[in-house]
Amino acid sequence: MSRPAATPKRGKPGAGWRLVAYLALSAIGITMLLPFVWMVSTSLKASGYAIEFPPRWVPSEPVTVEINGQTCQVAWVKGDGRVAVLRYSPEGVEVQALTNGPHAGERRVVPQSLLEPVRRTKLHWENYRDAWRAEGVRVTDAFFGLLASAYGFFVFYINSIFVSVCVTVGTVFTSSLAAFAFSRLRFPGRDSIFVGYLATLMVPAIVIMVPVYALLSQLRMTNTYAALIVPAMFSAYGTFLLRQFFMTIPKELEDAAVIDGASPFQVYRHIVLPLSKPALATLTTFAFLHCWNEFLWPLMVVDNLALKTLPIGLAHFQDSYTTEYHLLMAASVIVMVPVLIVFLIGQRYFVRGIALSGLKG
Amino acid sequence: MPAAPAQHSPSNSRRARRRPFLQALPFLLPNLAGFLIFTLLPVLACFALSLTDYRLAPIQSLRDIPQRVPFVGFGNFAKLLGWHAEAGRLVANDTEFWRYLGNTLYLMLGIPITIVGSLLLALLLNQRLRGMVIFRTIYFLPTVSSAVAVCIVWKWIFHQQPNEVGLLNSVLMSLGASSPPHWLGDPAWAKPAFIIMALWVGVGGYNCVLYLAGLQGIPEEYYEAAALDGAGNWARFRHITWPLLSPTTFFVVTMSIIAGFQGSFLFTAAYLMTGGGPGGATTTLMLYIYNNAISWHQLGYASAIACVLFVLVFGFTLINWRYGQRLVHYG
Repeated sequence: MSRPAATPKRGKPGAGWRLVAYLALSAIGITMLLPFVWMVSTSLKASGYAIEFPPRWVPSEPVTVEINGQTCQVAWVKGDGRVAVLRYSPEGVEVQALTNGPHAGERRVVPQSLLEPVRRTKLHWENYRDAWRAEGVRVTDAFFGLLASAYGFFVFYINSIFVSVCVTVGTVFTSSLAAFAFSRLRFPGRDSIFVGYLATLMVPAIVIMVPVYALLSQLRMTNTYAALIVPAMFSAYGTFLLRQFFMTIPKELEDAAVIDGASPFQVYRHIVLPLSKPALATLTTFAFLHCWNEFLWPLMVVDNLALKTLPIGLAHFQDSYTTEYHLLMAASVIVMVPVLIVFLIGQRYFVRGIALSGLKG
Repeated sequence: MPAAPAQHSPSNSRRARRRPFLQALPFLLPNLAGFLIFTLLPVLACFALSLTDYRLAPIQSLRDIPQRVPFVGFGNFAKLLGWHAEAGRLVANDTEFWRYLGNTLYLMLGIPITIVGSLLLALLLNQRLRGMVIFRTIYFLPTVSSAVAVCIVWKWIFHQQPNEVGLLNSVLMSLGASSPPHWLGDPAWAKPAFIIMALWVGVGGYNCVLYLAGLQGIPEEYYEAAALDGAGNWARFRHITWPLLSPTTFFVVTMSIIAGFQGSFLFTAAYLMTGGGPGGATTTLMLYIYNNAISWHQLGYASAIACVLFVLVFGFTLINWRYGQRLVHYG
C-alpha cells in the first residue's frame, strides 16, 4: 500500500519553478492557517479588546497607572518619554510625566496627535478556565445524577469520548464482519446485497434521520445515550472500505488455513484481521473523527444539556455567550484541539483511506 | 470440513445451497440487521410518512394509528410542489420551498470552484519537493476540524456591526475598499460568504487527496515520451494529466453533488451563523426539513421534502452516470 518505489522519479524541477511552487504553497498554507491563528489570538485577549480596528494579531492592551485613585492610560509623547493621560479637553490632553528626571510629575497640555498609547502584550490564559467553567453551560445531574453539578465542557468531553468510542468500536466490529462475508465467503445473493449497501451511500442522511427520530420520540427514547450511539454503529461506508481492502489479501493464505481445518471465523480472526491492521486503523480514524464532529444527529435527538456532545455543547455555549468572542474562541479551541491531535497521529491512515475509497470497486 | 457432494438427492442439494448462506449469516447479521433497521426501513418509512400528516401525536396501540397518523395521500406533495392561480397569475403553494431549493442550488455553485481549486492544489503538491507532507496536512486541517468551531470562527471573521469591523473587512478596508459588504447581515452577500467559507474548508480536503492519489498513479513514461515529442506544460496537462484523471474527476463530481444537495456543512453554518437568514437567504432544503421536523413537529411534511431531496439526488446521480461516464477516459 506504500508509494510504489519502482516509479521512476520525475526529473528535478528547475530552481526558478521550485521557488514559484514554494511561494504559492506557502501563500495558500498561510491563508489556511490564518483563521486558526485568529481563533487562538482572540481566545487570549481581554474581554474588551477582542474587537479592535485595525485588528491585532498579538493580544495586547493599553498600560494604565493609578494616579490619586484614578486609573490613567499611559502614553508615549514624541521626544518626551512616558506620560499618564489625565484628562481630555478641547485644548488638548492634560498629561503627567512619568519618566524620572527633571520633568518627573510635571503636568502639561499636549495635542492629541503627539500621543501614542503604550500597549503591553498580555495573554489571558484564564479565558480557557472561564470557558471551561462557564455558568451558562453548567450541567446539573450529569451522568444519570452521579454528579449533582458539573462544568459543561467536562460533561461534553466525557459524553463525546464515550459516544465516539462506542460508535467506533461498533462500526469497526460490524463492518469488518460484514466485509469479511462480502469479500471472502461465497453465498447466494452476495453481490446484490452488496450493491444494495452501496446504493444507500447515495441516500441523503436526513431521509434516514427523520423516520428514526420519529420512532425514537414515539418510544420516548430521545435524550438517551442509546439514541446517540446505536443508529450510528452500522456503516455501509465502513463495510465498503474494508471490503476493498480484504479483496487485496491473497486467497492462498486462506486456502492453506481452510485445508488445515480452520473455520471461517478463525480465518477472519487469525488471518484477515491481523493482515488488515492499516485498513482497520483507517476506518477507526474515519469513524472516530466523523462521530466526534457529528452535529445534526445529536442536535435532533438530544436537548438535555447533560447528554450533549462537544459540537452541540459548543453550539449551546454560543447561544449563551453570543458576543463574548474571547470566550467563544477559547471554547472553540478546547473543542478543536483533540480532533487535530487524533488527525495528526492518524493522518497516514486517513489519507490512504481516502485514496482507497476512490478506487473503482 | 466434511464434504457433502450429494447431487442426486434434491433435499440434500437444497441444503448444500443453503449452507454457504448459513455460514455467512453470523458475519452478516450484526451489520445487516443494523442496516435494515437504521437504513433500509427508515428510507421506506420516509416514503410512507410523506403520505401522512403525522405530527408526533403519541401512539399507544395499533388502533391509534389511523387517527394519530392521518393519511393524506399526495397532499403533502401537492402543497410542496403544486401551483395555484392567484389574482390571475401562477403562485407556488409553498413559495418557501422553491426559494430554499434555489438557495441550495446557488450554494452548489461553490462545488466547481472547490473542485478546480483542489485540482490546482494537487498539481502543486505533486511537485516532488521537500515538505509536501506538511503542506498537505495544513490544507487538510479545516476538513477534519469541528464544523461548529469552524463556523464560530468564521462568523467572527465575517463580523460586521456598526462601529465593529471583523477581520475580513479590516483586511479589505486596508486594501482600499471603502464600504466592504456586510456579509452575513446582507441577503445578497450571505451566500457568497458561505461559498468562500466552504471553499476554505473543502479545497484541501478529500477531493485534493483523491486528485493527488490519481496524479501519483500516472506513469512517468507518458510525460517522458511527451517531453521527447516537444510537448509543453499545457499540452502535457491537456493530453495526459486531464484524460488520465477523468475517473477521479468523475468520482469527485458525483460525490460532491450528493454531498452538495445534503449540504451538512452548510446546514451547520446556517444553523450557527445566520439561523437561515437574513430573510431566509441561507436556508437550504436541509434546514427547511430540520425546521419542519424538529421545530414545527410536522414529520409528514418534513418526510415529503426529504423524499423530494432524495429524488433530486438520485436524478442528478443518474444523469451524471448516464452522461458523465462518456467523458471518462479509462486508459
